[in-house]
Amino acid sequence: MGALLSLSVVIVLVLIALAGVGGADLTLLFGVVIPYLAVATFLAGVVYRVVKWARSPVPFHIPTTCGQQKSLPWIKHSRLENPSSTIGVIGRMALEVLLFRSLFRNLKTELREGPRLVYGSDKWLWLAGLVFHWSFLIVLIRHLRFFTHPVPSLVFLIDSVDGFLQIGSPHLLMTGLLLLLAVTYLFLRRVFIPQVRYISLPADYFPLFLIMAIAASGILMRYFYKVDIVKVKELTMGLASLNPTVPEGIGTIFYVHLFLICTLFAYFPFSKLMHMGGVFLSPTRNLTNNSRMERHVNPWNYPVKVHTYEEYEEEFREKMKQAGIPVEKE
Amino acid sequence: MAKAKKPPKPEELAKIDYSPPETGWMDTPAVFKPGTFCYGARPKYLEEVGFPNPREWSSADEDWKLPENWKEIVLEGLGDRLKKYRSFHLFMDICVRCGACADKCHFFIGSGDPKNMPVLRAELMRSVYRKYFTTGGKLLGRHAGARDLTYDVFKEWWYYFYQCTECRRCSVFCPYGIDTAEITMMARELVNLLGCNTDWIAGPVANCYRKGNHLGLEPHTIQSNIEFMVDDIEEITGIRVEPTFNRKGAEILFVTPSGDLFGDPGTYTCMGYLMLFHELGLDYTWSTYASEGGNFGFFTSMEMAKRLNYKIYAEAKRLGVKWILGGECGHMWRIVHQYMDTWNGPADFLEVPVSPITGTRFDNARATKMVHVVEFLADLIRHGKVNLDPSRNDHLKVTFHDSCNTSRGMGIFEEPRYVIRHVCNHFYEMPENTIREKTFCCGSGSGLNAGENMELRMRGGLPRANAVKYVNDRYGVNMLANICAIDRAALTTLMQYWVPDVDVCGVHELVGNALVMKGEKKRTMDLRLEPLPGMEEEEEEEE
Repeated sequence: MGALLSLSVVIVLVLIALAGVGGADLTLLFGVVIPYLAVATFLAGVVYRVVKWARSPVPFHIPTTCGQQKSLPWIKHSRLENPSSTIGVIGRMALEVLLFRSLFRNLKTELREGPRLVYGSDKWLWLAGLVFHWSFLIVLIRHLRFFTHPVPSLVFLIDSVDGFLQIGSPHLLMTGLLLLLAVTYLFLRRVFIPQVRYISLPADYFPLFLIMAIAASGILMRYFYKVDIVKVKELTMGLASLNPTVPEGIGTIFYVHLFLICTLFAYFPFSKLMHMGGVFLSPTRNLTNNSRMERHVNPWNYPVKVHTYEEYEEEFREKMKQAGIPVEKE
Repeated sequence: MAKAKKPPKPEELAKIDYSPPETGWMDTPAVFKPGTFCYGARPKYLEEVGFPNPREWSSADEDWKLPENWKEIVLEGLGDRLKKYRSFHLFMDICVRCGACADKCHFFIGSGDPKNMPVLRAELMRSVYRKYFTTGGKLLGRHAGARDLTYDVFKEWWYYFYQCTECRRCSVFCPYGIDTAEITMMARELVNLLGCNTDWIAGPVANCYRKGNHLGLEPHTIQSNIEFMVDDIEEITGIRVEPTFNRKGAEILFVTPSGDLFGDPGTYTCMGYLMLFHELGLDYTWSTYASEGGNFGFFTSMEMAKRLNYKIYAEAKRLGVKWILGGECGHMWRIVHQYMDTWNGPADFLEVPVSPITGTRFDNARATKMVHVVEFLADLIRHGKVNLDPSRNDHLKVTFHDSCNTSRGMGIFEEPRYVIRHVCNHFYEMPENTIREKTFCCGSGSGLNAGENMELRMRGGLPRANAVKYVNDRYGVNMLANICAIDRAALTTLMQYWVPDVDVCGVHELVGNALVMKGEKKRTMDLRLEPLPGMEEEEEEEE
């Protein structure tokens, strides 16, 4: 049900853009006003969310240790899986953020006759996740060519690597296709794995459909329903230089693409997509395992009611004396 | 209270249906199945530590006798904790429900109940968080995965957050490190605001607060229990060890879970400590006041945990020791390692631990000033300071269970293995995906080792037991070693149920068997006072 609801919302979004630009010719609204609002919402929202998290302190030092601790000098310490220094933590976080280290551990548990439990390697989610996020990042970087002048050489480089297969004209850019494939896989596993379907909320399907629609509209625009790319750049440069203009005759599909992206930007801070910022703040990953070496202070530590030794001895003094256990007061 | 229900037979229990119900989880009420939950806390235990809402109640009843404004208390408590714990706040927000954690939880593997998937366990709370603390949840309700906090939802929390052992295995696999233990801890704090603890946790907490240990052993009992062990050691070795209690001026305070003082196989482990320390001539003392390393307060609230943990530093200070040595225990070491200094430090009245035998400075414990007995022993063995005869354990084929807390909240993997390899000749690892950071819980941690929830414990322990079964079939493993007092008790029951020919011991029991003591008589018995295979004939000759 969540999937259908989310799909309908995305379809409605497409229709809004089609009607708004194709029907009512509201190019200023869809080409300038909404993009600015979306970016502002994105920036303000992300900052708000991260600041809100950051305002909750980290009272205890609770890294999840996934390797040998640093203890005796002759025991090999696992610097990345159980870091005891800041450099180690940076390494651990880099592996986590860039390569999805934890997801790489994924296993599939199966109960067979016997009973016998077996744990098979299961890297598909890791692979699809990695392809999805990296493709998305590269696509995003590629799009910088619409917002910069002159275009940085890095963008050209990425563009040419991305299109090295040199299929068709314009050249097929792999990441666009990979992004669409990966997001489709992520959707299909959500529908076909019973446990994952059971836990899925509309908020899980919606971003998938939205990104699917963004990638699809982008691919359509590049290879099939071509738009006037010079005019697109005029519009995007206008946006980037805070001097917006709306050239005539870009083609409606561009506005559909743009509107969906705006939706994603505006939706981002209020959704689970904030895991992008959250992963950096996760106390089980970004802390050093040095809590016996260095004292860590809880900012809201407060005195508590305790049962003192004096109270204890008061109650048990006679028994202690009889047993020959030393006491403070005879 | 209803009588504890016996769990079904293993072959019945192993028929597990993993297919989720037809109805969505919000529309599937929690059914309190006998054998899967604990009794409610008796009022006297709550009163002893000043906890709210002490009353006679039963967790199986309709009416839990909650105060009128229970909902307000819970929501206020929830909001308060969001502001205090970044972990909790973040973990309410960033889950993408990828499902990587789903089949990593021993309770899900053993029960097939989707609410035992870490993600869904957390969603039980997230749904309420969204409803009352996020705009989307307030506006969109169920479409945003939000739901009202109702009486049934509160009970569902209680049921499922006492089906999590805070083992942190899910957090190893989560791409954001979301740790269900953090959520379970908060949930348990919230239910404790309304006096809804379990009796099995509240009892040890009250005991520990007043008497110094979970079992409620009074000072003279602690001493006499240890005297019994001393007698047994004398019978086995001919040597009388002489432990001291509450002795001022000792160099080292030794703290271990009280489970080691009462009931086997914990007591055998304790005998191992006594023998080792005697052989080393260690200047150490026991304390009857700080006679508990474990901390059931940790399964109640952070505040209660801190109140119980206070005694360790306080006693070290009173006795004027230089540093603290800690016995084999799981959650005790999570606490010593990650919480103690923050709660009750700084331990600036102590010195950086230095082994009096080898001179090794334990820099890894330079702030907390507490060393794990297995770290201490590994260092001794490395320096050749203990005389060991591993062949005395030749009748044992040993495997090692990494305890959850010491694995994922500390990372002590090599030290125990190093010790085991030096005290026995037959050591076999369980399959790679079931040990070290991927180790499986005993199924009874975090205060779930009661009697009335035996079915739950046997289900949760299935993955661990199954891995033991594997090495039992393949290598004939007959001894499951570990460094945790709860493991020693819980795994014994678990093995009797799933793999009856495997026994359970602490690492220091193996050490005690292998330890060659100066002036000892020929060993004919192991620490269990059972004949040592290969030595019986000589025993007969002597007779």
